[in-house]
Amino acid sequence: MKLYPVRGGIHPEYRKEQTSEKAIVLMPMPAALYIPLQQHIGAPAEVLVKEGDLVKKGQMIARSQGVISSPQHAPTSGRIAAITEVAAPHPSGLPQTTIIIEPDGKDEWAVLPEPIADPFAADPHLIHERVAQSGIVGMGGAAFPSAVKLNLGTQKKLDTLLLNGAECEPYLTCDDRVMREYADEVIDGARIMAHALGTPRVVIGIELNKPEAITIMSKAASAFAGVEVIGVPVQYPMGSERHLVQAITGLETPARKLTADLGIVVHNVATARAVHHSVRFGRPLVSRVVTVSGRAIREPNNILTPIGTRITDLIEFCGGFATRPESIVNGGPMMGQPLASLEAPVVKGTSGILALTTEEINDQPTSSCIRCGSCVTICPCGLSPVEMAAFIRKDNLEGAAKLGVRDCFSCGSCSYVCPSHIPLVHYFNYAKGMLSDLERELRKNDRVKTLVEVRTIRIEKAAEAKKAALAAKKTAAAPAATPTVDEEKTNA
Amino acid sequence: MWIAIGILTLMGLVLGGLLGAAARFLAVEENPLEEELKALLPGSQCGQCGYVGCAQYAAALAKGEAAVTMCSPGGKALIEVLAKKLGVTADLSEHEEKGPENAFIVEDLCIGCTRCIRECSTDAIMGANKLMHTIIIDACHGCGKCVKVCPTDAIVMIPVPVTLANWHWHKPETGNTPSQPEVGHAH
Repeated sequence: MKLYPVRGGIHPEYRKEQTSEKAIVLMPMPAALYIPLQQHIGAPAEVLVKEGDLVKKGQMIARSQGVISSPQHAPTSGRIAAITEVAAPHPSGLPQTTIIIEPDGKDEWAVLPEPIADPFAADPHLIHERVAQSGIVGMGGAAFPSAVKLNLGTQKKLDTLLLNGAECEPYLTCDDRVMREYADEVIDGARIMAHALGTPRVVIGIELNKPEAITIMSKAASAFAGVEVIGVPVQYPMGSERHLVQAITGLETPARKLTADLGIVVHNVATARAVHHSVRFGRPLVSRVVTVSGRAIREPNNILTPIGTRITDLIEFCGGFATRPESIVNGGPMMGQPLASLEAPVVKGTSGILALTTEEINDQPTSSCIRCGSCVTICPCGLSPVEMAAFIRKDNLEGAAKLGVRDCFSCGSCSYVCPSHIPLVHYFNYAKGMLSDLERELRKNDRVKTLVEVRTIRIEKAAEAKKAALAAKKTAAAPAATPTVDEEKTNA
Repeated sequence: MWIAIGILTLMGLVLGGLLGAAARFLAVEENPLEEELKALLPGSQCGQCGYVGCAQYAAALAKGEAAVTMCSPGGKALIEVLAKKLGVTADLSEHEEKGPENAFIVEDLCIGCTRCIRECSTDAIMGANKLMHTIIIDACHGCGKCVKVCPTDAIVMIPVPVTLANWHWHKPETGNTPSQPEVGHAH
């Protein structure tokens, strides 16, 4: 199949060999699991249990709230030890409401929903419902509720489900291992998703640096018509959905539009496997494969981890630190965020935990921009990082917004190539945060204005009513003295 | 020549008279800019700007007597909108010190007098006579009017907390990058 070129991008050292040949191992159940109410984009889930409750594996412990939300399930059987504030796996390390479960060691399943006997004959709504109830979110890292994305078929005309197995981030090998070890499950999940979306075609995009995964997946896919495995060029950020779509169809997704507007929906391979489990066995999303890597880790590995395992427990399972890590990163080294606390748990969107040494990070002092234009050449979104950063440095956020800083998806390629080590992507993250702050403030000001107006109207009405009541009282007090106007009117 | 002088004088008198009449009868009483600025302000009449209400602040802004940074409930977003409208650059240095705030009722001290409820222009306070009051954070815009009327000092202003929903990266510190060019331009 013909592939289309994608603008820009970089070719970092992939460093996947640390874990790419390590088969997935099961993490033993830790002493406690920490389930945050918000592991996804959207509204946080609403707690259904209280302290001291006994729960079974797969039991819903928090339900989704609103349209874009996702429920949480107990990853094992045990007792609810507490519902409290715990540091989130987030660069700020701010706390969020978390349900703490003490496992009882039995790992007993709850009564699960019945498997959908023939998903390909089932009503797509049944599959959406099941995926929503199973708490499945995008497992590539963004953690967008998958059921919402599976519903796009009802609003837009779709032709392709694109399964993202590119895994372009260095170090990470969790998707690679899932494809190699559970190819049939991934393809079954993808076919179910395609049925739910109403797309006749399934394309699985895998970067060419994973030849085993391509071979195994192609073999598994050959049994089904309309399922195609495509090797895509090794070029970061190929795993970004917009760029993968561009490589495969040649179409560029317009700014602030969805790939679904081009008729394509992109899901991660691990998400497809989770859908397979939920539809075929009724099992909710309670564990995921996490790559633990970096030179500071004693035994890097791919680990099937229960959701809610603390990162410190996970690192301990990998033999702890070989040397002092300079930075612990949640996700890949390009787009991942540094972790403020190792007490934070693994969540549904955690693809990797990296403990990096000083040499791996290679942090250099920033010097002046030499106007080489490298960042402009490699920006996969066609933006001009050098100009945007200059505006942001002078606090001209509007200028940066005009140049399209909102369309930057923080892939970090510009920071990577900058010979002066200017923290370009850091500037853009800051600007995007500030711009959304301003938007929020403007929205609030509008709301306040409406509230004030409503109150003014109410007070005026109350004053008028009072006046009218007073007048009515006056006339009622002296009915005999003067024949009232009202009476005359009614007589007439 | 006299005819020409006469015509021009007549024209001057007539047109001058017309203009004079127009100035008198078609006068715009209020600066239209004032109305536009008033529409931008929150309208809660909190008086934190130092003027009696939003209308007076808008008038002062229109005349160029007041700085655009004085409305604290409006926050940074409003400052930028006002600065753009008036074509001035806002000096945000003073504003940076104080971030957005919300009112908070110390429940132990609240006696349920309802004074703050009557004062609040956005209906952000819930409560009833002799019952504890509380602030609806979503509706509070931090004008601080309630603080002034509380007889027991039970209302305090607290900064809007940083949460996972509104946290973002700080501006990168680039100490090594000189803010002035090291060499002059060639042209």
